[in-house]
Amino acid sequence: MLCEIVDHHGGEATSLLQVLIDVQMRFRCVPAGVMTFLAEILHLPRTQIQAVVEFYSFLSVTSTGRFDVRFSDSVTDQLLGSRDLATRLCQRLGVKLGETRADDAVSVHLTSCTGLSDQGPAALVNGQVLTRLDGDRIVQMADFIDQEIDLDAWPKAWFRVEDQVQLEGLLLAEELPLGACLERAGTLDAVGIISEIDRSGLRGRGGAGFKTAVKWRFCYEGAEGTLPGDPSITRYVVCNADEGEPGTFKDRVLLSRNAHDVFEGMTVCARAIGALRGFLYLRGEYRYLLDTLLKVLEARRSRGLLGRNILGVEGFDFNIEIHLGAGAYICGEESALIESLEGKPGHPRNRPPYPVTCGYLGQPTVVNNVETFVAAARIMAFGADWFLSEGTAQSTGTKMLSVSGDCERPGIYEVPFGTPVSVVMHRCGADDPMGVQVGGPSGTFIGKAEFERILGFEDLSTGGSMMVFSQARDVVAIARGFTHFFAHESCGFCTPCRVGTSLLRQLIDKIAEGHGTPHDLVEMTQLAAIVKNASHCGLGQTAANPLMQTLERFPERYQERLKTTLFEPGFDLDGALEVSRQMTGRADANAHLTQVG
Amino acid sequence: MLTIDGVALSFEAGQTIMEAATAAGVYLPHLCHHPEFKPHGSCKLCTVKVNGRFASACTLPAAEGQEVLSETLELRQLRVRITQMLFVEGNHFCPGCEQSGDCKLQATAYALGMLDSHFPHFFPARRVDASHPDILLDLDRCILCELCVRASRDMDGKSVFGIAGRGMESHLVVDAESGALVDTVIEVSDRAVKICPVGAILIKRTAYEKPIGQRLYDHHPIQAVLLQADQGGGSCDQ
Repeated sequence: MLCEIVDHHGGEATSLLQVLIDVQMRFRCVPAGVMTFLAEILHLPRTQIQAVVEFYSFLSVTSTGRFDVRFSDSVTDQLLGSRDLATRLCQRLGVKLGETRADDAVSVHLTSCTGLSDQGPAALVNGQVLTRLDGDRIVQMADFIDQEIDLDAWPKAWFRVEDQVQLEGLLLAEELPLGACLERAGTLDAVGIISEIDRSGLRGRGGAGFKTAVKWRFCYEGAEGTLPGDPSITRYVVCNADEGEPGTFKDRVLLSRNAHDVFEGMTVCARAIGALRGFLYLRGEYRYLLDTLLKVLEARRSRGLLGRNILGVEGFDFNIEIHLGAGAYICGEESALIESLEGKPGHPRNRPPYPVTCGYLGQPTVVNNVETFVAAARIMAFGADWFLSEGTAQSTGTKMLSVSGDCERPGIYEVPFGTPVSVVMHRCGADDPMGVQVGGPSGTFIGKAEFERILGFEDLSTGGSMMVFSQARDVVAIARGFTHFFAHESCGFCTPCRVGTSLLRQLIDKIAEGHGTPHDLVEMTQLAAIVKNASHCGLGQTAANPLMQTLERFPERYQERLKTTLFEPGFDLDGALEVSRQMTGRADANAHLTQVG
Repeated sequence: MLTIDGVALSFEAGQTIMEAATAAGVYLPHLCHHPEFKPHGSCKLCTVKVNGRFASACTLPAAEGQEVLSETLELRQLRVRITQMLFVEGNHFCPGCEQSGDCKLQATAYALGMLDSHFPHFFPARRVDASHPDILLDLDRCILCELCVRASRDMDGKSVFGIAGRGMESHLVVDAESGALVDTVIEVSDRAVKICPVGAILIKRTAYEKPIGQRLYDHHPIQAVLLQADQGGGSCDQ
């Protein structure tokens, strides 16, 4: 069985994560003996196998039970009562959160945002998604699990994922005729394709906004000392579909309704840089899309749009594989993603060099976001001028937004760059919001006074996530939730992020629970600067943003939580004594407060 | 030429700022850097400011005209805080540690003027592996510098060590299904055994051959020791 799984993925060391994902799916764990076996058969150090199993949230050394249940724990899910649902499910099943029941029937966990923020509370069960959970469904779920009823027999409505496109723009409005962009690209050479993309002003849509044409050109040109388009160098195209930034789900929708566009864009890029192979790195939470995506690839092959001699053009060869992620936000960072593609833990690399000169297996690699490839495909089909018709000079075209939280119409909004936040708020039916988290927790939290700011790289840049919070929400609790997220997702490579994010979490917990002092706010601010300045990658560099930005905009919300003393211990002394009180049969909580002398 | 704190120094093509600084006799604090390995960049003790931006001196290539700042108040404070993070992350009880006086973490703390641990301690449950007859693993003290991982893989050709887990749950693991060091192919003569900068990997029955007070850093500040070693004056592995 194990040999079959290994063979299915080609037997290469780089397939390690894909093999482990299948093992986990099949056996609900990757036990020690299996790790030893895989090390031998893949010729890898056993320590690497163990490193990968313990790095990714969806892999486990111990069994996660017949039903592996993971509740999406994004702040928007929490605001919808997801944690309460998780608690209730645990109670009904008689299992503790984070543990597997003794009879190996079920385990219940919290997991980071699953990209279903507009139809939460959401959960994953054995890799399949459940949306719009409520108390009744939880009760039924518990029954199904206890009665060992297979997922196939659960109500289909529970698994329904809707696209919820609320506003279409350049990318969503028109359907692209199959192969249209490739036909145009096939007539141009590398320089021609890159020129057109350059003229369009397209910038990366994953959040960083790097000029796409420049990235493709750097890759085409290769490292210093190599000739542009040198055929002896192997180049790769990678589509980053890790979409882990909480509140982002626009790539999920694109992969669902525009998969052909995504693959067409990747193929255009391949034509431009001279790549023969491409990868779609699909986050594990979107595993439910895998079968459909594989069928789309198959359809493209049968129509001559993928594979050998694409559109009959001799030598235009390109193929795409899909690699799954396994629950690690950091793998959305392009160099960590490449590490993951190579079958390793997702630790971001030292840069320089950048992936365009030294990427997958050390070869020049373009890593672009799903939406970037969709835009690139359409620019080839409809022309750069078409794209320039919307947006601003610095941020051309449109941006797909995924709006969720306290609004009447959550979902996808494709707006021209340069659109003020207030317009989006009006469109989605957000009535007098207290604040909006633009671009997820690694982005910017803005208050009312900033709603006229515009979406664009010159002001509020975003990968698309827009989480709306009403006046009734507790901004400190929101910042706390995001801080927990970063601590959980820190890869652990560098000291300031690994330790710093946990220290920040401790501090905000202390403040949120009412034990904070003015000194703690000063501490938090100083610590935030260290984490931001010394961290190895964007995760650590933005991890303190939620705290610092909400503190800046809502200082009273923090002040009112503080005690008036100068110093408060960071732990509950009486609470810490509870265990020993139980063990010694004492019933005198808070006795130390009445002690005299 | 580039400058470090206003002092110009030359560098060779392909060098990192750390290498250029070391060659010129300028000490930049570091724990995960080792001249015999490729740049690693995880401890972040060598954080400097290059042309106004924060960077790790050990990984950033030296370039013409760079203005590097190292001994600023801000950077000294940052380095103290990072060292304090390492202290509170593990269980570092210097008074009872065999490595005291020979420990790079301790010596760096002294060099940086660290007087307390500042942050609340995590008191993690770390394991001690005494299974091997000659080698002791006390992971209370592991600072996740990966020197042993790299040494075992690149110098000993063995891959005995690795780092598993994510974030604060990262921990050192060994190449054995039992998880015990005795079941690996490690030998006392391995480079990986001697390269640990702290007291996490110890050779048994040797700890007190040198009395407290007569150890390396009891008499030489780490700045001088590392400059001498990294410039090729001999390894300062324990």
